[in-house]
Amino acid sequence: MRRKTSLRLIRAATHIGSLSPLATLIWDISAQTLSVNPIQDITVRTGKPALILLVLTLACTPINTFFGLKEILRIRRSLGLYAFTYTCLHFLVFVGIDYGFNASLLQEAIFKKPYALVGFLAFITLIPLAMTSNRKWMQRLGKRWKSLHRLIYITGPLVVIHYIWLVKSDIRQPLAFGAAIGLLLLARLPIVRSVARRMRVQLRRRKM
Amino acid sequence: MNNISASEITPENTYLSRRQFMMRAGTMAIGAATSVACREIPEVMRGPEAGSTKPRPTISGTDELGDTWNDFEAITNYNNYYEFTTEKERVAALSQNFRTRPWKISVGGLVKNPRIYDIDDLIHGFEQEERVYRLRCVEGWSMVIPWLGFPLRKLLAEVEPTADANHVRFETLYDPQQLPGQRNKWYEWPYVEGLRLDEAMHDLTFIASGIYGKTLLPQNGAPIRLVIPWKYGFKGIKAIVRIDLVEQQPSTLWMAAAPKEYGYYANVNPTVHHPRWSQATERRIGELTRRPTMMFNGYEEEVTYLYKEMDLRRFF
Repeated sequence: MRRKTSLRLIRAATHIGSLSPLATLIWDISAQTLSVNPIQDITVRTGKPALILLVLTLACTPINTFFGLKEILRIRRSLGLYAFTYTCLHFLVFVGIDYGFNASLLQEAIFKKPYALVGFLAFITLIPLAMTSNRKWMQRLGKRWKSLHRLIYITGPLVVIHYIWLVKSDIRQPLAFGAAIGLLLLARLPIVRSVARRMRVQLRRRKM
Repeated sequence: MNNISASEITPENTYLSRRQFMMRAGTMAIGAATSVACREIPEVMRGPEAGSTKPRPTISGTDELGDTWNDFEAITNYNNYYEFTTEKERVAALSQNFRTRPWKISVGGLVKNPRIYDIDDLIHGFEQEERVYRLRCVEGWSMVIPWLGFPLRKLLAEVEPTADANHVRFETLYDPQQLPGQRNKWYEWPYVEGLRLDEAMHDLTFIASGIYGKTLLPQNGAPIRLVIPWKYGFKGIKAIVRIDLVEQQPSTLWMAAAPKEYGYYANVNPTVHHPRWSQATERRIGELTRRPTMMFNGYEEEVTYLYKEMDLRRFF
C-alpha cells in the first residue's frame, strides 16, 4: 500500500517537474517576457532541461542498485521521453527558428561549429531509444533491447562535449554535469554493482 | 558605402525630434541663462541617474548603413559584464548601486604628461560627440548603439605618448565588494584590455560616457568605457580606472583565460572563425533572422590600412 502511494507521488513529481520548464517557457513566450535575444533564450531553456532530464534518466538504475528503490525504475521511461522531447524542441529551435531551415547556413554551422555537430549526433542516438521505448518494442527486441538502450551511455558524454564546446570560457558547469554522468556510468560497472549489492544485504542484516 | 567622415556623424543634438526639442527648449533656455560659460552637453542629455524613473528615450535613428538603433531597453538590459554576473539579463539589476562617483582615471606610463583625471573633468574636458556604432559580440549577436563621448586620440594627444610607446593598456576598477563577479576565480581580475597605439589613435576609437544622449548606466560600463566598433565587443573595456602607454603588447583578461580562442586583435572577421564557432553570421538584437557578419564589422574602408600585410588568421 505504502509502496503504491510512494510510486504515485514519484510519478506525479516526475510529470510536474519535467513539464514545468516547458510551461514557464511557454508562459514567457506568450507574455513576451523573454530576453531581447529570445531565440537564444529558448535554445538554452530547452537544452538545459534536456540535459538535466538525461542525467536523471541515467540516475534511475544506480539509485535502484544502491538504495534498492525499485519504484524509481518505473519513471525511467518517462524521464527519458521527456529528455527526448526537450532535445527535439532544442533541435527544432536551432534548425528552424535560429537558422530558418537555411541549408547552406546549417551546413556551415555543423561543420564550423563542432558543438553543433556533436549535439546533432547526440540527438541522433536518442531517436532509436525513443522509438523503441514502449512495451511492444521491448518484447519484439528481447535481449537486444537492453543492448540497444545502452546507446544512452554514448549520448551522455556527447552531450557533455556539446556543452563544453559551446561555452565561452568557463567550463566548470559543463564539467560538473560531466562528472555526474561519469559517476552514473561508473556505477554501472559490474564490480561496483556487486559491491553495492553486498553492502545492501549486510545493512539489511544488521538492521534485523 | 560606409565612409564615415566627421561631417556625417550625427551631431549630438540632431536626433532629438523637433517636438521633444521644443518641449525641452524652455528648460534649456533657463539653463543657458544661468550658466553661460557651461559649454558642455545640455541638461536634458545628462539624466537619468542610476535607478531614476525618468521616462526612457523614445527617439530613434539609423546608422550610416540604414540599420535602426537598438532601443534603450535592449541596450541597457542585455549586457555582458562578468564583473557583475555572467548572466546578461541580470547585470542591469545587480549593477544599480555601483558607485561611479567619486572616480579617478590615471593616464600614464610612457607619456610626457602623466595625469590623474577626475571623471567629470575628463568627460567635460573634451567636446561630447555622438557616434552611432554597430557592436558585434563574439557570441554572435549585435546591436546598433548611439554612444556619447569623445575619441580616445584627443586624450592621448593631451598626455603625449613618448616615442617608445607602442600599445595602450586599459584597466577596469578592481573592487570585489562592488563587483562580485571579480570573486570568480576562473578569470584573472581586474579586466585588462589593450590596443596598438595606431588603433588607439584611430578616430573611430571612442571613449563613451553616455548612450542615447544620457549618462552611461552602470550596466553599460559607467562612468567611462572604451568602444572600438570594428572589434568584438569584449575589447570595449568598462569602468576604466587606468590607462597606460606601454612598450610591449599587454596581455588581456580574455587572452589569459583562453589564449587560443581570444586574441589581442579580436577584429570582427567573418572569415576567421573562433576555434569552436563560426563567425560568419550574427543575429541583430530585435531581428529573428541571421545576417551575414561584415568584414571589420562594416568599417573595412576606415581600418583596413591598419592591418596591411598582416596575417589576420595568425593575429586574430
